[in-house]
Amino acid sequence: MITPRRILATAATEFRIARRNRWVIIAMALMALFALVLTAAGSAPTGGLGVDRLSVTVASLTSLAVYLVPLLALLMSFDAIAGEVERGTLPLVLTYPVSRAEILLGKLLAHLAVLGLAVGAGYGVAALAALLTDAGSLAGMPALWRLLWSSLALGATFLGAGYALSSLARRPSGAAGLAIGLWLGLVVLYDLGLLAAVVADNGGWFTTSAFPVALLANPADAFRLFNLSASAATAAASGVGGAAAVIPLWQSLVSVLVWPLVALALAHAAFRRVIP
Amino acid sequence: MMTSTLKISALTKRFGDVAALSDVSLAIQPGERVALLGHNGAGKSTMMKIILGLIPATSGRVEVCGAMPGSATARAQVAYLPENAAFHPALTGLEQLRHYLSLRSEDPGQAQQLLDQVGLGAAARRRIGTYSKGMRQRVGLAQALIGAPRLLVLDEPTSGLDPVSRRDFYALLDQFAARGTAILLSSHALTEVEARTDRIVILSGGHLVAEGSLPALRRLADLPVALHVTARNGYAPALMDALPGAILVGGALHMACPQSEKLALLGRIAGLGDKVADLEVLPPSLEDIYSHFSRRDGQ
Repeated sequence: MITPRRILATAATEFRIARRNRWVIIAMALMALFALVLTAAGSAPTGGLGVDRLSVTVASLTSLAVYLVPLLALLMSFDAIAGEVERGTLPLVLTYPVSRAEILLGKLLAHLAVLGLAVGAGYGVAALAALLTDAGSLAGMPALWRLLWSSLALGATFLGAGYALSSLARRPSGAAGLAIGLWLGLVVLYDLGLLAAVVADNGGWFTTSAFPVALLANPADAFRLFNLSASAATAAASGVGGAAAVIPLWQSLVSVLVWPLVALALAHAAFRRVIP
Repeated sequence: MMTSTLKISALTKRFGDVAALSDVSLAIQPGERVALLGHNGAGKSTMMKIILGLIPATSGRVEVCGAMPGSATARAQVAYLPENAAFHPALTGLEQLRHYLSLRSEDPGQAQQLLDQVGLGAAARRRIGTYSKGMRQRVGLAQALIGAPRLLVLDEPTSGLDPVSRRDFYALLDQFAARGTAILLSSHALTEVEARTDRIVILSGGHLVAEGSLPALRRLADLPVALHVTARNGYAPALMDALPGAILVGGALHMACPQSEKLALLGRIAGLGDKVADLEVLPPSLEDIYSHFSRRDGQ
């Protein structure tokens, strides 16, 4: 039932809209700027760790991506359904021979492309800076590649979540509120809560059993775990990243790969219930 | 007997306790142009949304081109023009049309030609955000003309169009009807659809209160005919005596009679000979007929 032609048509139109609304240029500039700042600020700890410059950069970029990729994804997606409902463009499109899944996949493809350009620009700038100052940085290329594709998986998860919230809220203002709430909850408060619990628990059942599961259950934490445990630069990371040592790589990999599918399934379920 | 393009039987739609449509039945044949009339809230848009599969019916049966409303088969053969058609303001008319053509698996290269057809050729490369309401309506119309739909569902298609565009619009519809497309369009002005549709359906408070061609509705309504008789100088009192029930308005006698007595009354007036300077017969207006039906049911 799902036809690539209709998905691509929707994606092309959505990408054009994102370009017209300056989303492409804003997202690229934002990522490049933050990456540059990180590179400049993080130039000190190299050498002593015995890892190449690029691997250290990837570890810093991971911490950056955990905040920025979900934020960009939610900012692009909160309006996707609610905006169409408010503008009154949804009823007409739903009378076309295009399924709701195709509409969602088309939007996802376009928004992922914008996200890909943004992280490509940001990571590219940072990687270039690392390669220019340390010839041994080529050793860090696999880590950079892993960061790139897992960033897109993280983006897809939050795009899906954004579409779901957009469908549930029906109004862009409501959807924006929900999206910011989700970002704060999953990316900021979740980790703080976990750390507080670990401290209070003082090495008991929570720390040994529940904590790893709680990390894997959050797509942002799983993304961080995956990149840090796969990277040679774990030692350069701090905070929750320290847990990377005890959780097997395959578990965080599964979480990184499964979350986008779960988020998209939720988005589809929510969008199906929207009556134009 | 041809198979109907659209077949609705005993359709009922309730929103909570409110019945938006009650037991409506209707069939439209290929090539037939049907006007759906009613006040705001009479159920026109609700009926169209059910036909398009956008909202489910509470009960009853709807069959669109032999398929369920909203099914892939039905959507491939039905085109829709929403009331106050809206599009993304950042896209140009041309881009929007190319997108719709792709969704219908048609060649996007036809976009310019479709826009020319609705008189938007010159504005094709401008963003829709800069268009007037009438221009957006034309974009809506252009997308409804894509491909060869078997059923056109048009929600107040001529709102926002000037009289000349309106005539062009109906001419376009005639071409589609001639090729076998069934057309269902809604309006709240009977005057506007008068000569342009084969059949008129009037909804009132969710009930189908009248259905038929305009002459048939005229007969069915059986509204009184008004007659204005102008007396020759000085003869007004004499005419008042001869025509009981008439009232004098500015030198002319105004009276009304049922359709069935019209000819007899005309005969009597003719018999008054020289005393009558002029006679005007005013059949019930389209608005009168429409009001008659749309008020009959509890409004």
